[in-house]
Amino acid sequence: MAENTTRRTVLRNGVALVAGACLPITSVKLAFGGEREDFTFAYISDSHIQHIRGNKFVRNWDRGLIRAVAECNLMNPRPDFVIYGGDLAQLGKKSELDHGFEMMAGLNNFDVHYVMGEHDYYLDLGEYWSEHNGPQYYSFDHKGVHFVVLNSIIVDDDWTHNTWKDGTERMGVMAGLDDPRGSPFMIGKKQLKWLKNDLKKVSKDTPVVVCSHSPIQKIFKNWNFWTEEAEDIQKLLKKFDKATVLYGHVHQIQYNQIDNISFHAVMATAWPWPYPQSYVQAESHLPQLTIPMNRANPFFERDATGWQYIDINSGRASVNYSLPQNKSRTVAYDPDKGHPVDTTYQEAGLTLPQKRY
Amino acid sequence: MKKTLRNFALVLGGMMILSPVAQADEFNKQDVETWTREFMAAVEKGRAAWVDGNLGTNGVACAQCHPNAADTHPETYPKYQQQIGRVVVFGEMINWCIINPLEGKALALDDETLIAMQAYARYERRGVALDPGKH
Repeated sequence: MAENTTRRTVLRNGVALVAGACLPITSVKLAFGGEREDFTFAYISDSHIQHIRGNKFVRNWDRGLIRAVAECNLMNPRPDFVIYGGDLAQLGKKSELDHGFEMMAGLNNFDVHYVMGEHDYYLDLGEYWSEHNGPQYYSFDHKGVHFVVLNSIIVDDDWTHNTWKDGTERMGVMAGLDDPRGSPFMIGKKQLKWLKNDLKKVSKDTPVVVCSHSPIQKIFKNWNFWTEEAEDIQKLLKKFDKATVLYGHVHQIQYNQIDNISFHAVMATAWPWPYPQSYVQAESHLPQLTIPMNRANPFFERDATGWQYIDINSGRASVNYSLPQNKSRTVAYDPDKGHPVDTTYQEAGLTLPQKRY
Repeated sequence: MKKTLRNFALVLGGMMILSPVAQADEFNKQDVETWTREFMAAVEKGRAAWVDGNLGTNGVACAQCHPNAADTHPETYPKYQQQIGRVVVFGEMINWCIINPLEGKALALDDETLIAMQAYARYERRGVALDPGKH
């Protein structure tokens, strides 16, 4: 898929961030010249594995993750590693996490870097998840790129520790996206300080990729498409020539550009969310750049998970979404405009590619 | 005959002017209160069902895919649902979701819970213009 990308193009343009590959995983290609080596990694997110009873789990959510794992194993070129974007479980139960990890173990010898989602966290404050995965926020370097994984779904101590009779009640409230008793997501002072220190040692020409569960943007508070310290984190990313934020949680195509920072949401393997503006009783701010996906067809259970392939001729993201039962879409970086555009629909004034009756 | 008709018309006209019973479209403050109380009680019951993992058999709730009943567009029903192949009422579409993603059993169309769920969805869409072809 990247055969026609020359080393020179890549060198000139620096980081190429590409969300791509097959349904329902998202593959990301970072291409470099000079001392850096091209590589790809895969991105799987939001499987919401849900326990019914005994050995029964919700079939549809299971199928999404099983398919993602199978397609990841078949990808060519083989990704260097996999990032899991959070919300592996639905209610944070051991049974759900174990079942999810077991399905993820079907990956053929890949290193997996896990991001914490609120559904993995609020039953036991991430204890069981951490036993399996280690720290809840961390960074690592890979072939010249600095990766930062944040736990962006924590909230204040009073809500967490003093409001609910037990972890099950707390988890139940946070699992309801539209539950008014929830609380806005944040990374907190301690983690922000850690992030500041972590980024201090990274030179400005090193590409930085931040992986978080919630968007590091303020899109829609009602459903926590939101991170409280978004501006503070963006400020820390400003000094880098190329910074990218990849996030899950929103279960839909979103893209944005703020200063030098490119934002891309990854698809869920479980189900699509409606876009925030479809709920008119609360104010929302979907990035103006984003042309929304069509409303999903509920009669086709994998609809609105989409599948994507890549063109990185420009050295920047060019994401081709093949959406089942919908027209294909291409979102590509426009160097004149300095941000990603939908190559067909951007100029049409936010007109959806297809209306669903 | 003419006289009888004229007298009848006079009596009818008099009734319309004098009798409060004849003014059927009057909706006083108390009526509004009753209407609101009853409707909001149904909305509340509908919301409870909307987030209830026990509505179906697999623990999945409507709100998982439709937070705040978003992307349900109750104001557009009855409508031709191409996947079902006929014009359906909103309750039938909710039943489709109960049977499929929730792996449960359809409710009767006059079932109190099903009616309440429709009230809830309609309430969340209050103020949205009926915009044919857009939803």
